[in-house]
Amino acid sequence: MTDTAAQEQNVQSKNRSLWGDVWVQFRSHKGAMLGMVVFGIILFGVTAGPYLWTIDPQYLDIRDKNQGISWKHPLGTDQLGRDLLAQLIHGGRVSVAVGLAAMLLSLVLGTFIGVLAGYFKRIDGPLMRLTDLFLALPILPLLLVIIMLFRDTLRNAFGPETGIFLLIVFIIGMTSWMQTARIVRGDVLALKEREFILAANSIGTPARRVILRHILPNIMSPIMVSATLGVATAIITESALSFLGLGFPSDFPTWGRLLFDGTTFIQQSPSRVIWPGLAISLTVLSVNFIGDGLRDALDPRIRGR
Amino acid sequence: MNMKHILAGALGATLVAGSAVYAGSHEAQQGRDGNVNIIYWQAVSILNPFLSGGTKDIDASNLIIEPLARYDEEGNMIAWLATEIPTVANGGVAEDLTSITWNITPGIKWSDGTDFTSADVVFTAEYCMNPDGGCQQLTSFSDVESVVAVDDLTVTVTFTKPKPFPYGPFVGGTSPIIQKAQFENCVGAEAPNCTEQNFNPIGTGPFMVDEFRANDVVTMVANPNYRDPSKPAFASLTFKGGGDAASAGRAVLETGEFDYAWNLQIDPGVLADMAAAGNGTVISSYGTAVERMMVNMTNPSADLGDLRSTLEGGPHPFLQFAEVRRALSVAIDRNLLAEVGYGKAGTATCNVVPAPAIYASTANDECLVQNIDLANQILDDAGWEMGSDGVRVKDGVRLSILYQTSTNAVRQDTQALVKQWWSEIGVETELKNIDAAVFFGGDQSSPDTFQKFFADIEMYTNLFDGTDPEAYMNSWTCAEIPNPANNWLGSNMPRYCNPAYDALATELSTTAAIEDRARIVREMNDMLMSEGAMIPLVHRGRVSAHANSLQGVILNTWDSEMWNAADWTRSE
Amino acid sequence: MLNYTIRRLFFTIPTLLFISFVIFLILDMAPNDPTGNLPMTIPPEVRENIRKSLGLDAPMYVRYLLWCNQFFINEPLNLLYEWFDWCIGDCENRTRVRSWSTRSPVVDLIVERMPQTLWVVGMSYVVGILIALPIGVISAYKQYSWFDQIGTFISMIGFSVPTFFTGVLLIVIFSVWIDQDSWFWLPSIYDTTLVVDSWGNFWLQVRQMIMPVMVLALYNAAQLSRFMRASMLDNLSQDYVRTARAKGLKEKTVLLVHVLRNSMIPVVTVIALSVPQVFGGAIITEQIFRVNGLGQLLIIGIQGADIPLVQTLTFIFAVLIVLFNLVADILYGLLDPRIRYD
Repeated sequence: MTDTAAQEQNVQSKNRSLWGDVWVQFRSHKGAMLGMVVFGIILFGVTAGPYLWTIDPQYLDIRDKNQGISWKHPLGTDQLGRDLLAQLIHGGRVSVAVGLAAMLLSLVLGTFIGVLAGYFKRIDGPLMRLTDLFLALPILPLLLVIIMLFRDTLRNAFGPETGIFLLIVFIIGMTSWMQTARIVRGDVLALKEREFILAANSIGTPARRVILRHILPNIMSPIMVSATLGVATAIITESALSFLGLGFPSDFPTWGRLLFDGTTFIQQSPSRVIWPGLAISLTVLSVNFIGDGLRDALDPRIRGR
Repeated sequence: MNMKHILAGALGATLVAGSAVYAGSHEAQQGRDGNVNIIYWQAVSILNPFLSGGTKDIDASNLIIEPLARYDEEGNMIAWLATEIPTVANGGVAEDLTSITWNITPGIKWSDGTDFTSADVVFTAEYCMNPDGGCQQLTSFSDVESVVAVDDLTVTVTFTKPKPFPYGPFVGGTSPIIQKAQFENCVGAEAPNCTEQNFNPIGTGPFMVDEFRANDVVTMVANPNYRDPSKPAFASLTFKGGGDAASAGRAVLETGEFDYAWNLQIDPGVLADMAAAGNGTVISSYGTAVERMMVNMTNPSADLGDLRSTLEGGPHPFLQFAEVRRALSVAIDRNLLAEVGYGKAGTATCNVVPAPAIYASTANDECLVQNIDLANQILDDAGWEMGSDGVRVKDGVRLSILYQTSTNAVRQDTQALVKQWWSEIGVETELKNIDAAVFFGGDQSSPDTFQKFFADIEMYTNLFDGTDPEAYMNSWTCAEIPNPANNWLGSNMPRYCNPAYDALATELSTTAAIEDRARIVREMNDMLMSEGAMIPLVHRGRVSAHANSLQGVILNTWDSEMWNAADWTRSE
Repeated sequence: MLNYTIRRLFFTIPTLLFISFVIFLILDMAPNDPTGNLPMTIPPEVRENIRKSLGLDAPMYVRYLLWCNQFFINEPLNLLYEWFDWCIGDCENRTRVRSWSTRSPVVDLIVERMPQTLWVVGMSYVVGILIALPIGVISAYKQYSWFDQIGTFISMIGFSVPTFFTGVLLIVIFSVWIDQDSWFWLPSIYDTTLVVDSWGNFWLQVRQMIMPVMVLALYNAAQLSRFMRASMLDNLSQDYVRTARAKGLKEKTVLLVHVLRNSMIPVVTVIALSVPQVFGGAIITEQIFRVNGLGQLLIIGIQGADIPLVQTLTFIFAVLIVLFNLVADILYGLLDPRIRYD
């Protein structure tokens, strides 16, 4: 009894809030903290990197082609003598930005549609048929149509790089939300028949509040998994797009592109696939652990333990 | 050079049928060497070359069906199913050049055992020239008025006008003979519905189809009725398709699973390393293909709307000036481009017609050596001032180029190198690459086709079939300029229009003597080059590879690569 | 539930018709062209002639209706004729859906390619599921144990490294570096003509399947095991688990009967989304190992703007997606009887 009282006093003195609790729990998650550190290093590398390592990633030094590790080129060079470290740093900017932005777009879209379809029986049918339609669309021809219709317009409106960035994020987001929507809907269908939701409904809680307070926190796990997988998919998809002439110009490095180009040289210079592959994997791993930590931190049952 | 011999009749009395040229030992049995595995990284769709112009389809079908005459590896014409090459001297070609008469070698049989006759040859022409058939090899039959069987072994082709080069029909891998009895009910609109015939054509060649899986693999067996009983040495043949060039090369050179790999367009360094494994040999040979940049002489600005990249839209803001075009050209190190991108299969060139030797000009060799200083000098002299951002300006016009090409690893490397050299002479470049199916597709609604050319510079490879460049040279006459009125159908991408050039083209079409033809072609080539309508970069060859145990492979870029598969043998 | 199923099936027909129209519209608008991959030596006039012979000069709705007629009426009638010898109408000269590149009926091409796709892609899903479920369950049950950490690490690497890289890597290791006479050597090129009629050939078939199946299975298992783990974790902390344990049920029963069943909903969703993918083939993996199944057929069709082929393949794919999503919905009801649709 005295313990509880002391604890309560302690709590009040610290002025605990929900987000404070979440943060405390998050900090105690070793994997999540490690993920944060690694992700922080990656973000620092790709944002501050160009100021520390000043070689232009597009500069060709053909005499230094296919070099191994050296002081001049710490990660070696490619078949045209471009510095791999500089390419990795510059490529990371785009890949991380595209990966996160496209993942967020597809996650928000997928969760929104999934929750609506699962919770409101009336629009379940139409929304799920829409999902079926998007799942069935032939992606490559669709991309070609989108390029034809929008590339030049966006390029003129936002300039070649921002315009194409927006287009890529939009395309990846629009073509990858369906799985999240189906999974979220499945969980919501089961969840909304549970006692606590029925209880909330019976005391007249409006739908919006039920969804935000009771449904969303309980479907965080699949959403977090989708987020992690979404980052990886977006980074790889971006590289596939540039082959269709949809992505960034060919001399604009991204991780996915470096990995694809390097695959041809896998026997000659393995480092060309190892570094971009490692960069993608580390980003995805760190996002995964951050997601794990976030999920645990947001789960009141675990937080209480 | 080759044409000269043929047309002047200086070429000996006869060239005997191809099979006899390579007659092997008569003790040798057909099918003694087992199976041969061929890999193409594009899969065969159909074995009727008249319904598919793809190289992979033509090559595979050439193992089965054959033309009357072929080109050998040096571009010389050799009789194949005919007894000799008809010329004016031997009476095979009419004095007025309006007809040609072919004599078929007696005793040739189809693989089903029936006789090969002139009726089959006549039928082949009818089949392809049928307006509803959508024949993809119609160019071989251009200007043909009629094809008539004189007797069972003689065929006469009559042209609507004098043809200085009458060797279009029935010559080369793109114009083989199909069997009348088999395809009789497949003419015109019915052609696509004959799946059985299109997948299993009966032929006179060394092999016949055993099993055909469209877009995957063809298995063939030796033709028991082949004219030389000792050939082919292989009892069966597997023609696998799909995947990419690098793994095809790996399958022959490193893992040894296959015996022959076609068109290995991969990084020369990687290819050399694969060859070092010691399983196979890389072979290369040159044809007429040239990787070149097309210079847009008209204004591609989007502000012009429908007049974009048309003559009516006005000249290009800066590429209209010859000095800019010349500076762009001399700033390029073609030797490096060839070495980095093509290795053994590329040499620097300054001509759009690099071969055959008789047509190749030497007047433009200035550009073979990169000269950045000269390029800068030219632009300085012309008044293009270097701006503070490193881009030259004159009268408010910036030297800023949009440079487009199809998606292809080598082309993107070339783009990157060129961009760097141009930046050294104060030219800003934006690179753009487009999916090949769109770029070369010619879809009317797409802004990204090479005909519309909504860019300043575009790059691709072009070539001509066989050894006669007349049709090719006609590409750059005024009438060939693509524009909205002709639905952008045309081959004059630079929108080059010069009455003097058109006059030479007309002269070429009426000139018969080979030396005169060569002179005119060289003159046309030089005119295009000196005016900078095109910037040729690399004379491209073909690279293939074969296993060391596979003997008798002779790479031929003038005809089908499978042209002499009957002579292939296995040695241990 | 039966009512619901019938209603859904009925609603499927207009949905699919609409989807087929949207697909056709996209394919028609796409700027690639069937003559795009022909050699440069073929002049523009001949190309125009080829387009005409393919019927491309007709308006879009005419071509769509023609496809509908061929696919929805002629192809089923043809199947009846070939399978049961029932002849309705003109059986010999019926116009079927024909591919533009091969000029042969698309349905025949699909049938020819089913075996290798089912073998390789189907097997990879089976292997993937067999690996993923136990890993997911154990990872969740022993959260943050070394097994979980390693499982997480491998599945994340498996998902973030694309198949175009793993495929080539395996080829270099198992086909190039390892000697051909060795037991561990594996062929880099899949032989689609191999007929399994003896133990020797069966062994060959297994060997040529190992690499493509493993590449795909790794990728699939990575994804599935993550969802399995997350869902198990959610359920393990629920009250009913405590109740079950308190009742004295065996741990195995608690885990594998109660928790697993309640955790299957997201997993069922992912599997239901994947089954159509089996038929869609695996484009990149099929290309690398030259399995030449449905995925390779589709990509060749797209590159060559072979509209009838791509339309038919994509539509069959759409049918499977709609059907399997229905199956998933029914399974939800079976897994969790509280879910009702009526």
